[in-house]
Amino acid sequence: MTEGAEQERRIRVLIAKPGLDGHDRGAKVVAASLRDAGMEVIYTGIRQTPQMIAEAALQEDVDVVGLSILSGAHLELFPRVVEALGERGIGPDDVLLFCGGIIPRADWEAVRELGFRGVFGPGTDTREIATFIREQLPTLPARVL
Amino acid sequence: MTARSAEQTATALSAGVESGDRRALARAITHVERDDATGRALLAALYPRTGRAQTVGVTGSAGVGKSTLVARLAAEQRRRGRLVGIVAVDPSSPFSRGALLGDRIRMQELTADPGVFLRSMASRGHLGGLAESASGVVDVLDAGGYDVVIVETVGAGQDEVEIASATQSTVLVTSPQAGDEIQSMKAGLMEVAQLLVVNKADLAGADTAVQQLLSLLAIAAPRAWEPPVLKVVARSGEGVEQLADRIDDHQRHVRDSRHAGPERRALVEAQLTTLATAALSRRALGEARRSGVLARLVGEVADRRLDPRSAADELLAAIGAGADDGPGRPSP
Repeated sequence: MTEGAEQERRIRVLIAKPGLDGHDRGAKVVAASLRDAGMEVIYTGIRQTPQMIAEAALQEDVDVVGLSILSGAHLELFPRVVEALGERGIGPDDVLLFCGGIIPRADWEAVRELGFRGVFGPGTDTREIATFIREQLPTLPARVL
Repeated sequence: MTARSAEQTATALSAGVESGDRRALARAITHVERDDATGRALLAALYPRTGRAQTVGVTGSAGVGKSTLVARLAAEQRRRGRLVGIVAVDPSSPFSRGALLGDRIRMQELTADPGVFLRSMASRGHLGGLAESASGVVDVLDAGGYDVVIVETVGAGQDEVEIASATQSTVLVTSPQAGDEIQSMKAGLMEVAQLLVVNKADLAGADTAVQQLLSLLAIAAPRAWEPPVLKVVARSGEGVEQLADRIDDHQRHVRDSRHAGPERRALVEAQLTTLATAALSRRALGEARRSGVLARLVGEVADRRLDPRSAADELLAAIGAGADDGPGRPSP
């Protein structure tokens, strides 16, 4: 193999908004900040079903999935996203999951138990999310390189 | 990853690609895009199975409606019972080298269709060249049984022209609002496009745009295939069926015409020389970097103690390639 031929690895991130709320400013800010941190960010737009999100994660072969939700339906929708990912052989052990938006602190534990390693609320410094991804990604037990 | 395990990974993934395993396909594309050992072994294994797909490049300036058109065209191909692979290329930031890839936003309906595989790709950071990476990804989708593979790029520069040449049929998209732009399209993209589309044809000025394209074509050199100019409204789907028909026509032309042989050879020659040039410079410059020669020469030129042309000659001499005589000077 020619030395130096291999591409420098870019972290690929899917940012998605499940459910019906149409406010994606937060999602876009996070997407732009991760791009500025040197990552390849796939943004899918608003009103995504769990199946669409999981299918996008599969086709794009992302390392990270970030969900943004403001509607309050996270405990309804997040388990369905995790399930749809699982149906495609993608689990929280090989793809890093995080979420943000309006998620009450009382629900953080439940969200973490679903496999979301990071929960970021309003006012989060976006650099914190990039750092979180860089630190957590290498620790995923089943990550395929 | 050692060479052996790369080989094993490639064997497993290529079996998966051929059997229609979408996860394997996605992983395979990642390796090919990275141009790593697994990716190369994969392409070697899959290449004999390529050549069945209809490959279509869709290019044009930002804002002319390429993504919407690609989504419509893909839906039309699905209606015809064909499996569709899409490679959507978006620019990377030259500063962070990151990228925001948003083509899925305009292709929402396709995500729910298992007959469509959509992959977003960033334009920069491909040492072997974006065109080579993209054509490798096209090959994987082709080998994976996709009947139509569409590559969408922002048509702004040389890279995009190269990608266009990696697909059999290239569609150049413009819009009535881009009137001045058509005037300036005299070279480059016009030469590589086999189909010309005026999108947003429900807007005022569409007929003028068509006329401008036709008059540009009239002064171009005669060729075996005359590019048609088509009016399309991607948002409503108007004209998309005709576009798909004309792409089929062009594919028949490519496959049947007496020119197909020489054309294919010219395309392959361009691909091979691009790949070899990239590999050669990578190897040679890697050596110059390690030995410190490159850093020394950069310093001397930066301080203006040496001119760039002489520095390049010295660099070539240092890596054993000898000085370049230049394209205009005869070799000794």
